[in-house]
Amino acid sequence: MTIVLAAGLFALAAITQIWVAADPVIHVLVQFPLLGLSGYLLGRDRFIPGHWVGPALTLAIFFFLFWMLPRSVDEALANWQMHVVKFITLPLGTGLPLALSWKYLPPVLKGFLKAQCITMFGVLGFLYTHAPVRICNSYLVDDQIRLGYGFFYVACGLSIFWTIPVFTGRQTQVRRALQGTHLS
Amino acid sequence: MRKGLFLTMAAVLFGSAGLAWSTDGLRVFTAEGARRMEIAREQPQVPGMVLQTMSGDLEKLGNQPDKVTLIEFIYTTCPTICQSSGGEFAHLRDLLVEKDLPVRMMSVSFDPVADTLEALADYGALHEADGQYWTVARPQLPDLTEMLDFFRVTVIPDNWGGYQHNIAVLLINPEGRFSGVFNTDAYKEITEAVERASR
Repeated sequence: MTIVLAAGLFALAAITQIWVAADPVIHVLVQFPLLGLSGYLLGRDRFIPGHWVGPALTLAIFFFLFWMLPRSVDEALANWQMHVVKFITLPLGTGLPLALSWKYLPPVLKGFLKAQCITMFGVLGFLYTHAPVRICNSYLVDDQIRLGYGFFYVACGLSIFWTIPVFTGRQTQVRRALQGTHLS
Repeated sequence: MRKGLFLTMAAVLFGSAGLAWSTDGLRVFTAEGARRMEIAREQPQVPGMVLQTMSGDLEKLGNQPDKVTLIEFIYTTCPTICQSSGGEFAHLRDLLVEKDLPVRMMSVSFDPVADTLEALADYGALHEADGQYWTVARPQLPDLTEMLDFFRVTVIPDNWGGYQHNIAVLLINPEGRFSGVFNTDAYKEITEAVERASR
């Protein structure tokens, strides 16, 4: 079932290929996440030996950073080899190893990575809205700014999405745990 | 534990090497930066394309054995930024003439269909291009794609009937090699590069 869903997301990402040349928002904020998510689903219910957790996470972070470089985004449009690289490394180099390692990570490291992620999108948002030059040769300046706002929205969305459990779910768990200690 | 640490270190090395490779040692983050660095390093020979100047003469591109050629890609129907970069090119001309540097400057249209000889001449007159030191020219239509590919000029239509492109001043040295890409207002950098290449 998960595999079907992953394949579905991958297919959806392949369909968005029609619009990626014209719109950086579709490219970076729709297609990239779809590809990453399809890989993530593949790894969600799989388990790896402990000594592979570190390397898997490292790999995921580096591929993530690579695809955040404006140069990579441009080159994925300019030559077909990078197209292929994109469709392989975003699911299998980023999503999959992230899913494989995530469930083993200590909560502090998870929190740290989430905070880093939000900050990075904030910085990217600032960069793309304020850059005095065109960052990607393949996209118009207006679209570059639109992508910048997109990054801002993602940063806001993620911070809300990741903070809500602090006020609801998690706290309930903690309360339950505390009540448990009182009762016993 | 040991094994995990070792594998993680290996992954860090692999990842760092990959990032260093994809940014040319953390120096280049955009495709335009990569273009400039590659051209400075490889200095490709300019293919013998023929341009038509605003006076109607045909001229082989970069065929100036005694001087540097500076090129700026333009389109004359551009309302805003090309006019200002045309102004910058004119300012550059003044600086180079003042230093008595032998240079051939060319504004080359990437829209040879819309840019008739008359349009090129109007553009030249607007910026006081004399046709000798600085001329305005257009490629022959069949050469256009090859020319833009060679100089790595990316032209994309904007939503207002015009274009956006990675505008820059391109340098062809006296040996006919494409060896430099500069911001249009990087006067000092361009002048120095011209001096170096002319020697």
